[in-house]
Amino acid sequence: MEFSFAIAVGFLTAAGVFLMLRGQTFPVILGLTLLSYATNLFLFASGRLVINGAAILGSSENYTDPLPQALVLTAIVIGFAMTAFVIILAIRARTDLGNDQVDGRESALDISAEYKSRKERRES
Amino acid sequence: MTHLPILPVLVPLVTGALMLIPPFNEVNNRQRALGTLASLIMLAVAALLVITVDRDGTLLYAVGEWQPPFGILLVVDRLSAILLLLTSVLVLAVQLYASGGDDAEGRFFQPLLMFQAMGIQGAFLTGDIFNLFVFFEVLLIASYGLVIHGGGKQKTAANLHYVILNLAGSALFLIGLGILYGTFGTLNMADMARVASSIEGGDLTLAKAGALLLVIVFGLKSAMLPLHFWLPKTYAASPAAVAALFAIMTKVGIYSLWRVHGAIFGEQAGGLANVALPWLWPLAWLTLLMGIIAVLASQTLRSLAANLVIISVGSLLLMVAMPSEQTTSAGLYYLLHSTLATALVFLLAGMIVAQRGKAEDRFVAARAVSQPLLLGSLFFVAALALIGMPPLSGFIGKALMMKAALQQGEAGWIWPPLLLASLAALLVLSRAGSTLFWRVRDGKPGTAQAHPLQLVGVGVLLLALVLMVVGAGWLTDYTAAAAQGLYQGIDTRVLPTGGAS
Repeated sequence: MEFSFAIAVGFLTAAGVFLMLRGQTFPVILGLTLLSYATNLFLFASGRLVINGAAILGSSENYTDPLPQALVLTAIVIGFAMTAFVIILAIRARTDLGNDQVDGRESALDISAEYKSRKERRES
Repeated sequence: MTHLPILPVLVPLVTGALMLIPPFNEVNNRQRALGTLASLIMLAVAALLVITVDRDGTLLYAVGEWQPPFGILLVVDRLSAILLLLTSVLVLAVQLYASGGDDAEGRFFQPLLMFQAMGIQGAFLTGDIFNLFVFFEVLLIASYGLVIHGGGKQKTAANLHYVILNLAGSALFLIGLGILYGTFGTLNMADMARVASSIEGGDLTLAKAGALLLVIVFGLKSAMLPLHFWLPKTYAASPAAVAALFAIMTKVGIYSLWRVHGAIFGEQAGGLANVALPWLWPLAWLTLLMGIIAVLASQTLRSLAANLVIISVGSLLLMVAMPSEQTTSAGLYYLLHSTLATALVFLLAGMIVAQRGKAEDRFVAARAVSQPLLLGSLFFVAALALIGMPPLSGFIGKALMMKAALQQGEAGWIWPPLLLASLAALLVLSRAGSTLFWRVRDGKPGTAQAHPLQLVGVGVLLLALVLMVVGAGWLTDYTAAAAQGLYQGIDTRVLPTGGAS
């Protein structure tokens, strides 16, 4: 169980980091979301993995550490709010900047065009 | 009185919530008056806490009587108390400044300011690192909203970077916390400091990884090289009042480094002792150097001020990288000073932008500001403070840091960058001042006048800077005691016998 859990966390993290390094806001946000899933799973595992364990005293033979569960719950709520905010912000950036690149510029062509127009302005 | 420690969180929370519902939900004088009232209450509470803590020692507050190490614990020691006072002074100044009309550019400036104050004060108060994370998120989400206050292309683009970077930082923070909880079995700072020396074997390596992840997170917050690239753009794009408030955001990162890497992973931590120092030391030095270069290359007053923030962060990181009572005490004094001084420059930049028309705050010949004498003299005073010239507190702060470095036997490494930073600040601020106020193109000056409330806000900061000089003797005694308290650790009588291990 530990092995498959670790693989899942590792794969989610890798996928999240890969997507975060993309140039468009949508994949970046997806990457952040995957990374936060991985983080939540990881945080959950920090109390060690127990099968059939209860988090409340007096209800079972086996107990699991309840604190990581409380921490994960907090982290999920915060992550939820942050994701909602960043999506709205990305839509706003799409409208304000005219594209969905993280640096607000379409492509290399776009940059060279901007450079050219700036040069022309300086010369005129 | 027993509930005093929770007030710095409760007052802004309740005020911020009130500002979202009638009759305070419109941006008008009623809402502004409520904000000013709340800021004054926070200032009074913080002052009371400073005095109480100095007299009676550390205050502990277990929220809902849930006992540590598992309950939520608020700790007010001297370090927290003085930073609470700094925050409330800054919030009052910013609130008054923004009430001069800047808050009407968007709808939610005043409530967001309150939530931001709640996050910052909570981060200074909390006694366990998971709540540090929670309060970081509170102050961050408020700051996300504040950066785009007023809207515009530049702000949106800068905010997008700022938000994404900080979300990635939050993920790293949680991973670090998970590792630390897995190895320490507790997240209470006092308890962690106690357990730290008993960690060994495979757990030691894991705990080291967790501790270093937290260095990255706090480095991102405090704008340590190479994690500082977001700062100049974000601060320069933000509205003046917001940028001034953000002067303290980097200091929250510095404070966390002191609390976590100074106190938990300090000398007493056995195999984990000073785990961050080999990284902090060169990075602090390079941050300062980078700040000096960036400050020399600044093209506008706002980016100049943002780069001055990086210089102050670099100087403070140097103090963090030499953990001792003298350096921490000196660093704390300089932290108070540099926060107030950079905030002052950001506020002034806002007024200058409003009066210079299209040239804004770029260092080019343009039309004259409409109140040259007033803004010019304010700028002169702020420049003196930032360069570190007598008679203002910058001089005392710099001198204290240099003395502390001498006592540590590191003067050869610390003095040159600190002095170079002052020289660079002298150069660029004199150039900036002469360009902004004297290189005037012919033509009528504008008619825009600074709002009286804006001047009151600036006056609060000036007064605080002056008080820091007048009360320097008392304040340095206080910071020395605060530093001593930090390394002594939090009073362990809060921990139940046995505790968690």
